[in-house]
Amino acid sequence: MRLLTHNMLSSNIKGVANGFPLKIEAGKVMQKQVEMNLDFLKNMFSKIEWKPFVEAAKTLGYSELSEDVDPSLLDSQEFLANFHHALLEIHVKEGALVCPETGRKFPFSKGIPNMLLHEDEV
Amino acid sequence: MASRPELLAPPEIFYDQSEARKYTSSSRIIDIQAKLSERALELLALPDDGVPRLLLDIGCGSGLSGETLSENGHHWFGLDISEAMLDVALEREVEGDLLLADMGQGLGLRPGVIDGAISISAVQWLCNADKSSHEPRLRLKAFFGSLYRSLARGARAVLQVYPQNVAQRELILGFAMRAGFAGGVVVDFPHSTKSRKEYLVLTCGPPSLSAAVPKAKGEDAESCSDDESSGDDEKTTVSVSDRHRPRKKQKLDKKSKGRDWVLWKKEQMRRKGATVPADTKYTARKRKSRF
Repeated sequence: MRLLTHNMLSSNIKGVANGFPLKIEAGKVMQKQVEMNLDFLKNMFSKIEWKPFVEAAKTLGYSELSEDVDPSLLDSQEFLANFHHALLEIHVKEGALVCPETGRKFPFSKGIPNMLLHEDEV
Repeated sequence: MASRPELLAPPEIFYDQSEARKYTSSSRIIDIQAKLSERALELLALPDDGVPRLLLDIGCGSGLSGETLSENGHHWFGLDISEAMLDVALEREVEGDLLLADMGQGLGLRPGVIDGAISISAVQWLCNADKSSHEPRLRLKAFFGSLYRSLARGARAVLQVYPQNVAQRELILGFAMRAGFAGGVVVDFPHSTKSRKEYLVLTCGPPSLSAAVPKAKGEDAESCSDDESSGDDEKTTVSVSDRHRPRKKQKLDKKSKGRDWVLWKKEQMRRKGATVPADTKYTARKRKSRF
């Protein structure tokens, strides 16, 4: 799972008011090269919640991103390359996602998080 | 379809390893899935500006529909309840991310982030109660409610469904409307038993011009045949079933994917690190007629 997807996910356990962001307990992380597309990055920039994104990247061992950003950075090649790498090229293979409120773990298996809820959580 | 899979077993049981295997080995299933997802993407009517979008594939299964999205340059992630199907997707090395999740429990997504959603032959499963805790109405409500929240304003969701009967179609559509969606059902080839396909085209946000339901294919009665391979083209006028043609003339009208597609696919495999033969002038060249 990439950080792009992680940034969109939130916990939907019954009674949880703010299930975003899910914490990552990373086990194995993999890198895969993907072609860069500027239009997509610009499109996603407005949608990404930046702080959780930077924090998630840090837990995966990537700390090239700064905490404060503004849209003017989108002209900087270096920033775009870092943003692209963190967003699309880092894959979490093993570990777990953790709900920020209840601490419920969603374990990964082969890079796929198991988001199925138990009957009493729906 | 002789029997409906929904009536046999719950999805996570029905799509076991042997059923999932069909999605890599049966060229017929692959072909149908690809056509359905191409049509769904067309109905999604994304702005034609070449910007890749973030799309959601609900019930992505083995990732066949996601592959169509990747081929069109979009980023996607998908969810499915069947582990066996997701394993097949991993094997196929699909480009999108996969989640093991149940759409009837609601999609755990942030509000307003998805640019469009497609779903191929999945939503009708929600109408079944496979466990004692399942209540189809609540599950439909949770699904459409969370889908509506996660879509960006003005974004569309195209859900291809096989409703069992009129009541089921109305049930699904009713819950979609109650969640706030505008839109309706597009029926392609309504007069054919086999090629008939229903798509729920839903728009998020207030009703506007863009929320008008697009036109269906093959609505004029005579032009469509029962044959799957000849049913999709407006050009088709003859309704001779393929198998009745002389062998040499079969499937001549089938569109090939072309050199660009082959080059793109090779490039994709190269990026994944596979050994791929070099591109030469012979790559994807048409064979001589003597073959």
